[in-house]
Amino acid sequence: MATSPQQAGAIPNMSLELRAWNIRRKALRMGEVQGQGYIGQALGIADVLAASYFHALNHRPDDPEWEDRDRFCLSIGHYAIALYAVLMEAGILPEEELETYGMDDSRMPMSGMASYTPGMEITGGSLGHGLGIAVGMAMGLKRKQSDAFVYNLMSDGECGEGSTWEAAASAVQWKLDNLICLVDFNDQQADGKTTAALARVPEEGKWAAFGWHAQRVDGNDLEAVVAALDTARNADHEGPRVIIFDTTMCKGVDFLEDREITHFVRVEPDEWQKALDVLEEGKPQ
Amino acid sequence: MTVDSITRKYEPRRVIPKAERQATSAMIASLDAEGYDTVPAPFGHALVEEARRNDRIVGLSADLSKYTDLHIFANEMPDRFYQMGMAEQVLFSAAAGLAREGFVPFATTYAVFASRRAYDFIAMAIVEEMLPVKMVCALPGLSTGYGPSHQATEDLAIFRGLPHLTIVDPCDACDVQGMVPQIAADPGPVYARLPRGKVPSVLTRHKPDYKFELGKAQMIREGTDVLVVSTGFMTMRALDAAEILAKDGIEVAVLHTPTIKPLDTDTILAEAGKGGRLVVTAENHTIMGGLGEAVARTLMCAGVTPAFRNIALPDKFLEAGALPTLHDMYGISRDRVVEQIRGWL
Repeated sequence: MATSPQQAGAIPNMSLELRAWNIRRKALRMGEVQGQGYIGQALGIADVLAASYFHALNHRPDDPEWEDRDRFCLSIGHYAIALYAVLMEAGILPEEELETYGMDDSRMPMSGMASYTPGMEITGGSLGHGLGIAVGMAMGLKRKQSDAFVYNLMSDGECGEGSTWEAAASAVQWKLDNLICLVDFNDQQADGKTTAALARVPEEGKWAAFGWHAQRVDGNDLEAVVAALDTARNADHEGPRVIIFDTTMCKGVDFLEDREITHFVRVEPDEWQKALDVLEEGKPQ
Repeated sequence: MTVDSITRKYEPRRVIPKAERQATSAMIASLDAEGYDTVPAPFGHALVEEARRNDRIVGLSADLSKYTDLHIFANEMPDRFYQMGMAEQVLFSAAAGLAREGFVPFATTYAVFASRRAYDFIAMAIVEEMLPVKMVCALPGLSTGYGPSHQATEDLAIFRGLPHLTIVDPCDACDVQGMVPQIAADPGPVYARLPRGKVPSVLTRHKPDYKFELGKAQMIREGTDVLVVSTGFMTMRALDAAEILAKDGIEVAVLHTPTIKPLDTDTILAEAGKGGRLVVTAENHTIMGGLGEAVARTLMCAGVTPAFRNIALPDKFLEAGALPTLHDMYGISRDRVVEQIRGWL
């Protein structure tokens, strides 16, 4: 039974655990519709998205363009399936549209498009773009004397892009304390492990050396995620803030977690229902 | 395993007699004014004037404000200027972010760095999203003697492929002064080639009531034998060549086309369609993918088929040297324009 969007966003006092579970469930259902999708990443980042949209972000589901909102940039365009799930959970997108994911004429293409989807602030997907755009948005908000924050969700692999470090240096130069970068560290990129590519040195040390307030926490521990987001917003630091979230691909669906993890997790046609069933068993009370 | 590295063979270069040698024009130098009055830093001053009227305008540069005349703006309005450092990718990404927040960013660097290094960021962060970022870039085509690292000989070819990007190639100070408020008012992204430093005043000398109009090609000089469709400083070369050819009784018309995209095809077809004239395109850009090909397509598709020739840079990486030498060598100096047109008649 689908919940109407207004209801979904407005249900008060729903636990973050349940929000995260709902996000995972919606993402799995979209994967089922399309028969594919970056479901490993979506299940892994669900806790971070739940804490972002239902704890940290100041936003109005009925007015996604509200001037004073915190901006949330999805640099990793292929995580769109996860963002659609949280946008539906927040009531920004109607849940009915879940059935259109990745279809012709859908507002929810496989890779995020700003011009298609309410709540999708930027067109990510060409990796290494989001943080630089977020830097400009944070500069613009400061010019307007706005109190809003800019969040940029990116991946560990994306830290390999040189443009990330141009943006990182720039954010420090301009003392962008209204910029919070969220890095999903699942140690998986297209060709294998991120730590076997360009992340041999621990990421948090790189960011700290650039002058960022850096934290590294378990991205599937909701309490830790919430605490890190609070610290990032409130830290007494004159520059930008980064949180590196260690996450587990496919979190919450054990038989997928145990599968040989790849960038694009293969799910057989009959396994979507099985995954939904497994998730159902673990539904938080 | 034994692998020999690539070995290079260095050919001796031409030895020019001392009396004829010209120094490589410094990066800072302006294009040789060639007898025209000049205006210092017209872009910087026009931007300051426009920014006084429009408080949404901000300026950004990647360590090249002094070399793109943006330092005038930076000195005048320091709180509206962002020095982004030597980082063109974040220069254009941040400009996109500022535009999203409602500002009108003028982002400057050299044309080579914008077109080659930052292309993906310009394409996706700015142009695909139709954001009003104004990319104003110096040293277009062959306007420096530093060699291929600084010569943006293919920038128009690169950018013409981007949907709904407006592309401007101004000729002179008057064009630059007229262009700034018009591109600031345009709701979309713009790439403009920038003549900087001491910029000649060319067009109003040949046509006193000339005013730049974004998207419009304008006849600067009438003539019955040849129609030159030109852009950028090649309009100056075409006008100068026309005066010389007129002495021989060859009447050359010059249609100045400072907006490369969208191209003013109506005016081009109307003029080329009059018939009886050799049509010559002239641009400070490689022969591949610039004004010449754009005009050829326009004419062919409309069934207008005059005799047709192109003046443009060759499909090569160009030499380093002194600009006057290079312009002569590659066929875009006044005298080479005269010679080519004569040869085609």
